[in-house]
Order: sequence, then structure tokens, then C-alpha cells
Amino acid sequence: MEPQEIDKHPVVHKLREWSAPAVAEVLEFRGEITVVVPREHLLRVAEYLATEPSLRFSFLSDITPVDRFPAEPRFEINYHLVSLDRRERLRLKVKLSGSDPTVHSVTGVWPTANWHERENYDLFGIRFEGHPDLRRILMPDDWEGHPLRKDYPTEGYR
Amino acid sequence: MTTTIDTPIGAAETMVLNMGPQHPSTHGVLRVILELNGEMVVKAEPIIGYLHTGIEKSCEAKTYSQAITLTDRIDYLAPLSNNLGYCLAVEKILGLEVPKRAQYIRVLLTELTRCASHLVWVGTHAIDLGAMTVFLYSFREREEILKIFEYLSGQRMMTSYFRIGGLALEPPPGWLDKVQRVVDSLPGHIDEYEDLLTKNKIWLGRTQGVGIISAADAIAMGCSGPMLRGSGVAYDVRKAFPYSSYDEFDFNVQTQTAGDCYARYQVRVAEIRESIKIVKQAMQKIPSEGPFRAEVPGIIPPSREEMKTSIEGLIYHFKIFTEGFAPPPGEVYQAIESPRGELGVFVVSDGTAKPYRVKFRAPSFVNLQSLPKLAEGRLIADVVACIGTTDIVLGEVDR
Repeated sequence: MEPQEIDKHPVVHKLREWSAPAVAEVLEFRGEITVVVPREHLLRVAEYLATEPSLRFSFLSDITPVDRFPAEPRFEINYHLVSLDRRERLRLKVKLSGSDPTVHSVTGVWPTANWHERENYDLFGIRFEGHPDLRRILMPDDWEGHPLRKDYPTEGYR
Repeated sequence: MTTTIDTPIGAAETMVLNMGPQHPSTHGVLRVILELNGEMVVKAEPIIGYLHTGIEKSCEAKTYSQAITLTDRIDYLAPLSNNLGYCLAVEKILGLEVPKRAQYIRVLLTELTRCASHLVWVGTHAIDLGAMTVFLYSFREREEILKIFEYLSGQRMMTSYFRIGGLALEPPPGWLDKVQRVVDSLPGHIDEYEDLLTKNKIWLGRTQGVGIISAADAIAMGCSGPMLRGSGVAYDVRKAFPYSSYDEFDFNVQTQTAGDCYARYQVRVAEIRESIKIVKQAMQKIPSEGPFRAEVPGIIPPSREEMKTSIEGLIYHFKIFTEGFAPPPGEVYQAIESPRGELGVFVVSDGTAKPYRVKFRAPSFVNLQSLPKLAEGRLIADVVACIGTTDIVLGEVDR
């Protein structure tokens, strides 16, 4: 898809029309659209996408961070959304610096985010502000470090 | 894990009970902390992580092909579904077209996997609720399906039969006759289970009106698969976002509206019948001859004969199995309908031979999150029904 075609994508167009600064960048790979959202806009974009009647991204599939260590911004958080009745997928991406991996929780918009965000806190050390219960979920409570970070070794002693 | 429940002031009447991690009805190692008022559940909190083995981290240290064996071990009741999700994701990054024959065989085998997984579910769920007999029968039928997997791949469970670009091996002669025998006998066996359960008064008493979740709640909690369809939402990845030629098959999405344990039972039983329908269609569609995997030099291993007779074949064979192949940089999310719901595989490539990040969106993990919603306000005995009907596989929850 050419850059000008991506801009014509109905969801991207709608988002830009609603609030231009909420869309930092739009990417396309293998037919999948990714909207990069500045951290401070994430919550209002999430609310808009979930409630806007012509979009209705009511189903949050997954939240997945990617650690780009040692590059900066270090973390990319991917939100995979589904619009159940329009049969459409969309990926939101928020980029976070390694020194301050904090983003607002979306549990208020999609309650399913609760465990996803706990998992990401546990394995990546991302802090979700406003999360009702941000604890480790897979690793033991007294575990040190965040195993899925790239500077955490796959095997051996730390 | 030192998780405690804060006892609210003035609620000294309640007691806290640990269910699990070694409780037979949790089908693995799940711990549920129950706060009880008499026999009534005031608060339920699932504690997970006992089977966490860092599969996603391990994938980052393997080549793309090697990681397939790890996917088997995520949801060990539906290994072929996991193989499929992962292979489709990598094929999507590569922009690879899989031959139709391989696509149809993949559909046939994943539908048999769905039957096998639902058979385990109906057996174990019935045994949880005190109906022992169904378990003995459903495991007998499941074994027949596993024998087909063994005939094709050499393994009953950890098959790793789907590879990037197609299948691991040419299916052996006569395998469709074995499938035919299962397809012929299974509907009659399902009738037998239904005779034992569907109108059984005790079964109805244990499941009807138990563990209700509304459609709106199920969507908000991210439930998928029979959990979502039992609440009346007709979302099935096979229909909504078809993959592997599912759009060429004629089948219906099974839904029920009650949203209780009985509705989810009905959905799963109906899904076994639908899967048999798809298997029958796939048997008609599969051409008897043709390539069983794509031919892409440098990515897909050459045939045995080519490897032994041509120098290019030998070089490619050596390179693929020593250093792997490097897909272009990019990231894709591929979802499939596993027996438990939407299995999403998110693969990030950085242009090297090993995946930079692999994430499995495990349906069990997300579905389990709604357990407190199902169980709170019910009796302890209903917690067993609620866990069973969520159909969790702890290997997949913890990864």
C-alpha cells in the first residue's frame, strides 16, 4: 500500500479528522494497519475507538510489548483491537523510553486489559498508571527482574 | 506466591479457602483463593504461573523452524492448532503462499484436533460434575483421532506436523480411510454422550443457570471461543477473518444465548458435529497428488531426492538446517480459532534468522480472567463447574 492510500484508510481518516495530534504515524505491513499514538493521547484514542458508533473496536485481543533494547525509544506496546461486527482489526502502538516505561492503563475502556497489563508489568516492567491491581502474575511475587526484557539472559546466571 | 485477600471490616463471618494448586478439578496447577460465607463464594481470585516455562523467551533463542516444537507444548490438547497459528504468522511475514493441498490437509487436521480437544473437555467436565461414564467413552474416541495424528506424524500429541510453508511429510497412503472411519463413527458416539448428559436431570441441575456471563461482559472481558458464543456472540475467527481457505468451507457458527455452563456445553457438542462436517468437505477437496509444501529455495527445505542429487539442493538443505532463514523485518498478528477461542500469534522479525519476539495470545489465559465473574455469589460446587466450562489448559495459561 502506498503512503497516500494508507491515509485514505477509513479508520485512519476518521481518527485524523477527530484529532490530528492523536496520530503520530501510520504504518502498514502485509495488510495490517498500525497507528502509532503518542503516550499522552492513548487513553482518549482508546475511548474514542471503543465507543465511536461507526468504529466500535469493542474487543481488545491482546496487549504486547516489544523491547528494542538498546535502541530508544526502548519499548513499543502493541494493542490489538477487533471490531466484532465490522470484522476489522487495528493495531495501536505506543512508544516508551527505557528510563520511564509508564503508560496509562486501558482497563477502564476494556476490562480484559487487567491481566494483559499485569503480565506486561511482570515480564517487561512496564508500569500501567491507574491499573487497579498491578502485581506480578506469572512469576513469583519475590522475583527480581523482568524476564522478557532483552537485557535479561535466556539461560545461565545473571 | 504470597497473595492474601484483605478481609473487609465487619466481614469476620467469611473464611478463606485455597482451592488448588493440586486440585483435581483445576486440570493442572491452578490455585483459586476463595473467600467464603458458609458455602457461598464471596470472592474468587485465580492465581496462575505455576507452569510458566518462558516459552516466548525460548522462541527468541531458536530459529523460526525450531520454535515450532515449542508451540506444541503451549496448549497440549490442541498442538496442531498452535502449529497452525505460528506457521501462518511466519508465512505472513515471508509473504509465502501455501499449496492448496496443504491448506486443506491443515484444515482437516485442525478440525480433528478440535474434536479431540472437545472430547477431552466433555469427558473431564462430566467427571468433575460426577458423571464418570462419559469420560471413559470420550477418551476412547479421542484415542482414535490421536492414532490418525500418529499415523501422519509419528507422534500422538507433540506432532509438530505443520511446518513453515506446508507440512512436515507427505501423508502416508491410506490415511484418509482412517479419517473416514472416525468420521463415520463419531456422530453416533456424540449421540451416546448426549443420551447420557443432555437431558439428564442431575446434569441440568449442575449446569443450567450456573456461571452466567452476559454477552456485553464476555466481550468486555475478552472472552473468545465457546465462552463468547455461549453468550450469544457469533464471533468465530474462521468466519470473521478466514485463514487457510476456511472461506471455501460450508459450516455454521454455533451459538447459544443463555451464557451459562449448559449453553457452553451445547456449543461445544454442536461444534464437534460442525467440525465433522468440515472434515468431510476437506476429504472431498484434498487432491490425491500435488505438493505438500511450498517450493521456495532457501526457505523451504528441498525434497530428499533433490538434496541428494543436486548441489544447490544440498547447499540449501545445509543452510536451512544450520542457520535458518531470515524473513524481512516487520511484525504481524495472525489469529486462528483454536478449540478454546482466538489464538493470536504476534511475531516480530528484525531481519535475522531468529524471531525477535513471539507472543501467543492464549485464549485460556484471557478466558480464565472472567472466572470471578462466573463464580462469585455461587456455591463452592459451582466453582468446579465454572472452571471446567471455561475449558482452560494451564500450559497455555502460563506459557
